[in-house]
Amino acid sequence: MSKQLNVALIGNPNTGKTSVFNALTGLNQKVGNYPGITVDKKQGICELSRGVKAHVLDLPGTYSLNASSLDENVVIELLLNKNDKDYPDVAIIVSDVENLKRNLLLFTQIKDLKIPTILVINMSDLMNRKGISLDIGLLEAKLHTKIALVSTRKNRGIDELKQLIENYKTISTEPCLDTSTIDATYFQSLQKAFPNQDVYKLWLVITQDANFGKITRQELDISKFKTKSNQELKRLQQKEAIKRYQFINAILKEGQTIDRSKATGLRSKLDRLLIHKVWGYVIFFLILLTIFQAIYDWATFPMDLIDTTFASLAEWVKNTFPGGGMLTDLVAEGIVSGIGGIVIFIPQIAFLFLFISILEESGYMSRVVFLMDRVMRRFGLSGKSLVPLISGTACAIPAVMATRNIENWKERLITILVVPFTTCSARLPVYLIIIALVIPEGSIIGLSYQALTLMALYLVGFGMAIFSAYILDRILKTKHKTFFVVEMPNYKLPLLKNVIITVIEKTKTFVFEAGKIILAISIILWVMASFGPGDKFKNAESYVETTATQTTYERNDQIAAFKLEHSYIGIVGKTIEPLIKPLGYDWKVGIGLVASFAAREVFVGTLATIYSVGSASEGENIETIKTKMANETYADGTKVFTLASGISLLLFYAFAMQCMSTLAIVKRETKSWKWPILQLIGMTAIAYICALIAFQFLK
Amino acid sequence: MRFTIADLKKGEKGIITDSSSEDIPLKLLEMGCLPGNEVHLLQLAPFSDPMYLNVNDSFLAIRKETASLIVIEKIDE
Repeated sequence: MSKQLNVALIGNPNTGKTSVFNALTGLNQKVGNYPGITVDKKQGICELSRGVKAHVLDLPGTYSLNASSLDENVVIELLLNKNDKDYPDVAIIVSDVENLKRNLLLFTQIKDLKIPTILVINMSDLMNRKGISLDIGLLEAKLHTKIALVSTRKNRGIDELKQLIENYKTISTEPCLDTSTIDATYFQSLQKAFPNQDVYKLWLVITQDANFGKITRQELDISKFKTKSNQELKRLQQKEAIKRYQFINAILKEGQTIDRSKATGLRSKLDRLLIHKVWGYVIFFLILLTIFQAIYDWATFPMDLIDTTFASLAEWVKNTFPGGGMLTDLVAEGIVSGIGGIVIFIPQIAFLFLFISILEESGYMSRVVFLMDRVMRRFGLSGKSLVPLISGTACAIPAVMATRNIENWKERLITILVVPFTTCSARLPVYLIIIALVIPEGSIIGLSYQALTLMALYLVGFGMAIFSAYILDRILKTKHKTFFVVEMPNYKLPLLKNVIITVIEKTKTFVFEAGKIILAISIILWVMASFGPGDKFKNAESYVETTATQTTYERNDQIAAFKLEHSYIGIVGKTIEPLIKPLGYDWKVGIGLVASFAAREVFVGTLATIYSVGSASEGENIETIKTKMANETYADGTKVFTLASGISLLLFYAFAMQCMSTLAIVKRETKSWKWPILQLIGMTAIAYICALIAFQFLK
Repeated sequence: MRFTIADLKKGEKGIITDSSSEDIPLKLLEMGCLPGNEVHLLQLAPFSDPMYLNVNDSFLAIRKETASLIVIEKIDE
């Protein structure tokens, strides 16, 4: 076996780098994580000729080798560490034909690291239409590289690129320019201090430390060498950028001609409409409505299907292994329904990412960021917080992960902290049953009270997110400066292949990230509900009275309910009863609240067991729980579920942090337990207070 | 009088003369906000913020706050 060939794909965002990656590797790719951080690590295998395989790494998009975000930092760390197992034998810089100038800045930086580098000029099919012509021979000679003209859209140039990769040893490693001339004395002293190191590499390490923070896997220690202030370093970096552009401009003057009259006005025409002061917002609102329609209406068909499939699967397990006892129960009630609780969200998550990736691929998302930035900033958020807040209406987990491209740490942190207030789909089943229970039927100007209540809950969730962002903005003190640069990419038709791959990848991440936690908690809850101390749990049969009119089903349900009351989870419910009594809940609701920590929608299933409708036939289930809940009374005969306790419960679910998976993701994204704990305490306190006020006021 | 990108009106152009302020993110410099380059203000969001520019063949949006740090010389057409 020959040594595998390492290829790194590097490039600006929006250049179609991922399309090139997809074209090279097809579906032969996987997404992992870089150790310790949550930046996606996309890698794949590319088949070259004669059985040679290249290991291709798709690095996060970056404009230069000076990182300002975690994603970009990954690129620099890899390129500075020759011992990394992914260190590239050959780098491919993906540039698009219209932004060649800016892309060459990054190219010259990579060249200075003396890595063999291929320049891919993507979207070359647009050259004619945009009036661009290139002298490839001249560019190759001046830039000491090989160029591949590629069009991923037309599927051209990929084979030529593969050939270049295979013959990477013939590519020159000569740098394009000499950076050290920006301050000769400084660079000389730097070289003197570290005679064995490449001076450009040293310069990158120093500026990286000053701008972004220590490189973690650093092989050389430069801490003792510091002769410049941060301000001086920045001035030097500006000089470096100017010097690079001088070099690039000189080359492009000879190697590139642009006939501006040929440029089509698609961008300006669409911009005039899409970021119009009125129409821009109207269009965005309509798009939002479509997304919600998809998540809450179209997704219900596959979700119902999944629901019934898993219910019958659990039933099948029980019937097939009747003698299995405990183990069968664990599989049927703990594991199968736990997995069902995760899989049920796949249609909504997939729809959400379908829309988001189409909007991002087309270039529209940057326009929304542009439109909304000013409004969002008033609440301590950024225009870039919008995508997370929209995603939050499906699930907070992908939403928290979607905050990564917010450069400003404070704005990012606030977005992460408030996103769980938006009404995620797990709250929906809870809302539906309680609304049906306590909100009277009837309507006002054609809108039913129940529908209005549901809508109000969405607004309340979003309003609380915005309000707490506003408060957090006042409280949080950070030394980070505002930083907001959004590239407005060209409009283009999304590539179906890219969209599908994104949807699959994101959905997979959700299933595995959230899935393992939901599954673990489902099993814990099952154990807590299936075991109990003392005789009342073990011999429940002898405690439940038999009456003449009762069917076997009813008796079994009553025994199940009695057992649950005396199980560990029942004890927990009873223990917290004094605490939740002022909110208008009894211990049964308490069990539901505790169980909700796995995922909120578990509430409904748990109540079904508590109100002993476990074995009622499918379909009737919700109706039956509803009736049982409606008839539930306290010992003194007053009803448990009234308008007051119902509203109180709705508000509690609207605000409380009841999702362990979200907390785990927040911990990972903020790298500390401080923020998820703050979130848990803060949100739950708000929920408790609001529910308390509502109940005491309406009682 | 000191004239910056923030003083441009929709459709106007200028040539950058100074972008050395410490508060300008490096990324912006690397995208081409450097002395000598032409800036074209394409559109403004409501309240004139953020600003949508074309500079050095890059299309980008920045906040007014940042725009007011980049000194330019206005081009009259």
